Amino acid sequence: MSKSSVDDLVEAGSEYHAGFVTDVESETLPPGLDESVVRFISARKGEPQWLTDWRLEAFAKWREMREPNWAHVHYPPIDFQAISYYSAPKSQTDGPRSLDEVDPELLRTYEKLGIPLHEQAALAGVVPDPAAIGTPAGTNVAVDVVFDSVSIATTFKETLAAAGVIFCPISEAVHSHPELVQKYLGSVIPQRDNYYAALNSAVFSDGSFVYIPKGVRCPMELSTYFRINERNTGQFERTLIIADEGSHVSYLEGCTAPMRDENQLHAAVVELVAMGDAEIKYSTVQNWYPGDENGKGGIYNFVTKRGLCAGPRAKISWTQVETGSAITWKYPSVVLRGDESVGEFYSVALTNNRQQADTGTKMIHMGKNTKSTIVSKGISAGGSENCYRGLVRISPTAQNARNFTQCDSLLIGDQCGAHTFPYIENKNNSATVEHEASTSKVSDDQLFACQQRGIETEQAVSMIVNGFCKEVFRELPMEFAVEAGKLLEVSLEGAVG
Amino acid sequence: MNLLDVSNLHASVETDDGPQPILKGLNLTVKAGEVHAIMGPNGSGKSTLANVLSGRPGYTVGGGGAMLGGNNLLDLEPFERAQIGMFLAFQYPVEIPGVSNMEFLKASIDSLARARGEEQPNTASFMRTVRELAASLDLDPAFLKRGVNEGFSGGEKKRNEIMQLLLLNPKLALLDETDSGLDIDALKVVADGVNRYRSESNGVVLITHYQRLLDYIVPDYVHVLSNGQIIESGDKSLALELEAKGYAWLT
Repeated sequence: MSKSSVDDLVEAGSEYHAGFVTDVESETLPPGLDESVVRFISARKGEPQWLTDWRLEAFAKWREMREPNWAHVHYPPIDFQAISYYSAPKSQTDGPRSLDEVDPELLRTYEKLGIPLHEQAALAGVVPDPAAIGTPAGTNVAVDVVFDSVSIATTFKETLAAAGVIFCPISEAVHSHPELVQKYLGSVIPQRDNYYAALNSAVFSDGSFVYIPKGVRCPMELSTYFRINERNTGQFERTLIIADEGSHVSYLEGCTAPMRDENQLHAAVVELVAMGDAEIKYSTVQNWYPGDENGKGGIYNFVTKRGLCAGPRAKISWTQVETGSAITWKYPSVVLRGDESVGEFYSVALTNNRQQADTGTKMIHMGKNTKSTIVSKGISAGGSENCYRGLVRISPTAQNARNFTQCDSLLIGDQCGAHTFPYIENKNNSATVEHEASTSKVSDDQLFACQQRGIETEQAVSMIVNGFCKEVFRELPMEFAVEAGKLLEVSLEGAVG
Repeated sequence: MNLLDVSNLHASVETDDGPQPILKGLNLTVKAGEVHAIMGPNGSGKSTLANVLSGRPGYTVGGGGAMLGGNNLLDLEPFERAQIGMFLAFQYPVEIPGVSNMEFLKASIDSLARARGEEQPNTASFMRTVRELAASLDLDPAFLKRGVNEGFSGGEKKRNEIMQLLLLNPKLALLDETDSGLDIDALKVVADGVNRYRSESNGVVLITHYQRLLDYIVPDYVHVLSNGQIIESGDKSLALELEAKGYAWLT
């Protein structure tokens, strides 16, 4: 066998490029979870009574629930009492909100992460000239950075405010827009939705809040970088996006975490509400630390994401590129309540070494003439397990609902696994549900064909994998698409001879 | 100096029952400017020769040597062999879904240029060159945007190989049964492409079953491969003789 054959590609593990620890003093709660911890978090954030009560209610529900075990993933039991539930960078205790006061160490962190230059400029408070930053004219990006549990910087606030858009940490929105938060928090994902959503509801740290007023097209793409930084700190983001009638917003979420030996739990909740004729496009690039090649360390990513198409002709589109985390358990879903509403899910999930991913979507059709599209591309390398799990439910009320699902799996080497679990529940005989699935391998023949034209092995694999993902990448905003392509390359790097 | 020098080459293919010897002391010398046709019955080792020279996985060299322009081919990775000027036109070109033909060609030409310390071609002029080449081989320019060989007909796949040959302009072209499955019109287009490629500075090794191709690409030498060795060499009249008599009289 030649050295460049497929089997050898998966031998060596890849080095995690974002593995470093920022040295910032933190205020961290000791491990453990009980009512007093929930009260502490709420008090620490100066929350109103209704929210403290809401958290306590969620905590009570969580205590009665059991950890789910139906996903196709395996991991040692999590000791929820060994996790610390609150951590804030200490330099934030005095509440500086201006970027000049941001710890320079943090800014260096963003640099190491390779946050695009124009976004660094945005972080530094410079209003970029679209022509000078190399992005298509008019595609400004506003960044809300979540460093550990507290949002430390929010940019472009004025531009957004002029359009009436609210984009701020949810901890701030609780105070500045309590009526919106109280009305919509938990409206799409109830406290008791699932074990991790209940946990999140009790102890959520911070996250983004977005409100787009009626008829407004958000003047820029909204972006948040998440980063888990403290040892043994669970991270419980809570994001809420509301697009009022006829509005439009595109939201980008990108993540990376430093290298750690301990497994870190991450249980985020993201709720989207799209009113009639509104459109929300939510894109994620996720490259949290996946653990080393033997499966040591890495993030446990147990996330609940769901959008509600509340009114007629609303549209919610999830696009995700998942390359990180030791375990991923994530099903961004859409509830199609409004007539003629549209739900979309485009996903690339890449697993390497010992990573396990159980991911997919749920499309719940309730309104008439609702339409959903699912395109899932799973790539497995090394000894990883990659699973698509999707539910398409057509309710009796969903006259003429349509769904199209396409699930493709690509295997690299012969030690990995790909699985597809499609669930279809159809209670309306006027519905059309289509499902297509395929499994293929990066073959020795394809690799050899590239190499015979002078293309080196690593580039050949990356090109073949990128080709496989093309349908999803073209759904991503331009700057994200480039990043996603690079990310696949990095994730497969070192896995190649 | 010889362009290609294959001496006493032994090679086996890996099978479920262990290694199966195929090449058993093969000698072949190609000088710049020459076209060599290799003919022979099924299972004689024709495709194995092409695969071993280009470095396809699944074969083990048991002895002998293969030099291209003074470099020991057998020491090199497949992509390094391509970078020093070895080109294989595939008998069964593979599909690479989602990777457009144009993207693939650009990756290829950039890799070759990088390896040779040459400047990578400007994208606009590169695309123009490729479109002209495609047109000269009766290929619809729209096919450049399609995935590599994705949904191509047999004839289109083979013409695509010839287009790559003309674009990359290697030192040595190995054509592995490029004529198989082609109708007469496509055969003429392919032969015309190979004739355009031929020059005083490069060489062609043409592996074929049928004399028919040699009506259009006239070889300088014809070799008969049987049981892993070249048992007879001659000029193009040998091919005509083979067509009339079959291989039996030689073996």
